[in-house]
Amino acid sequence: MSVTEQSQAWELAADFERTIAADQRIEPRDWMPAAYRATLIRQIAQHAHSEIIGMQPEGNWLLRAPSLRRKTILLAKVQDEAGHGLYLYAAAETLGIDRTELTERLITGRQKYSSIFNYPALSYADIGVIGWLVDGAAICNQVPLCRCSYGPYARAMVRICKEESFHQRQGFELLLTMANGTDEQRAMLQESVDRWWWPSLMMFGPPDVDSPNTRQSMAWGIKRHTNDELRQRFVDMTVPQAAALGVTLPDPALRWNEERQAHDFGEPDWREFAAVISGAGPCNAQRLAHRRRAHENGAWVREAATAYAAKQRARLAGQG
Amino acid sequence: MSTGRGGWPLYEVFVRGKRGLNHVHVGSLHAADDVMALHNARDVYTRRNEGASIWVVRSDLITASSPDEKESFFDPAADKVYRYPTFYSIPPEVPHL
Repeated sequence: MSVTEQSQAWELAADFERTIAADQRIEPRDWMPAAYRATLIRQIAQHAHSEIIGMQPEGNWLLRAPSLRRKTILLAKVQDEAGHGLYLYAAAETLGIDRTELTERLITGRQKYSSIFNYPALSYADIGVIGWLVDGAAICNQVPLCRCSYGPYARAMVRICKEESFHQRQGFELLLTMANGTDEQRAMLQESVDRWWWPSLMMFGPPDVDSPNTRQSMAWGIKRHTNDELRQRFVDMTVPQAAALGVTLPDPALRWNEERQAHDFGEPDWREFAAVISGAGPCNAQRLAHRRRAHENGAWVREAATAYAAKQRARLAGQG
Repeated sequence: MSTGRGGWPLYEVFVRGKRGLNHVHVGSLHAADDVMALHNARDVYTRRNEGASIWVVRSDLITASSPDEKESFFDPAADKVYRYPTFYSIPPEVPHL
C-alpha cells in the first residue's frame, strides 16, 4: 500500500467513525470495516433465517385452528413471517452477499437461527403463547434495532416492528379467550406457558458476562442494549400480562424487588441453551430437513419461471 | 449484476403510499421478470394497503452517485448561501415577505 493509499484508508475509517459517533446511519455503498460488514451479514442473515424457520411451528397448526377466524389470523401471521424474512434477506444483500448463498448456508447448517424455533408447538395454546411470549421477546429485541447504525437493517426493522404488534396482540387475545373458557382450557394454557417461559428468556442470548461480541456491537451502534438489560425489560413487561391471564410464570425466584424497581428472576438453564444452539434441541433436525425439502421441491417452480421469462423476452425481441 | 436464485435479477421496489405522495424506495426482491417483480412487490411490501402504486426497476439499471465522490459532487451547492431566503435582510415592518 502506497503512502497515498494508506492516508486514503485512514480517511475512510475516520469518516466511518465520525458517522457512527454522530449517530448517523451507514448506507450500503459507504466504506465500512470488514468486521462491521461481517457482523451485520451474520446477524441479519440469522435474523432472516429465524423468520423463515419460524413459519414451521405455527404452520403446523394452520389446518387444525379451531375456527375460520383463527385460521385466517394464523395464515396472515405466517405470511408476515415470510415477509419479514424477505425484508431481512434484502437488507443482508445490500452488504454484498447473494440470496442463493444465504439459503445455502441455512440449509447446510452453516448459519444459525433463533434457538426458540427448535421447540415444538404441541398444543393449540402454544399458538397463543408463541404470539404473546415469543413475539413479545422478539419485539423487545427488535424495537432498539430500528435505531441500528446500518440503514437498510434499521428500515427493515421499522416495517417488521409495526407488523409484530399484531402478532403479539392476536396471541394475547387467543390466550385471554382460553383463560375465560373451561378448566381444561386454562390447564392447557398454563401447561403451554410452563414450557415456553424459559426458552423465551433464552431468546435474549447468553448472559452479558458470556457475550463477548456485545461490547463491539454496541460500540458500532448495531446493538443498543445488552442481553441482560433486554431480558430484564421483557420480564418486567410480562409479569402484569401474566397476572391478567391468571397464569403462573414457572419461576419460584420471580418477585418484585422494591429497591431495584424491577423483578428478580431465576437463571435459565444455559446448558440447555448451548445444547439447542449446537443442534441438540427437540426439533433442530426436523426444522432443517423441512426447509431443505421445501427448497428442493420448489426447484421446478424456479426453473419454470426462469424458462417462461426467457420465452417472453425472446418473443418481444422477435417482434422488435 | 446481482443474480440470486439461479439467475433471477435483483429489483428495487418503490411504493406510492397514497395519491399525492411520491414513490418511495421500500426495499428489493428477486424475480424472473418485470411482471413477477411487480406481483412479488405487491405481496411482500403492501400486505396492509401500504400502496396505491408500485414501481419496480432492475437494480443494475440504476445509476447512482458514489459516496467516495460525495464532497466534489455536492460541495458546489454549499457556498451559495444566496439561494436561501434567510440570506436577505428585510425590515421587519414590511409585511408578507
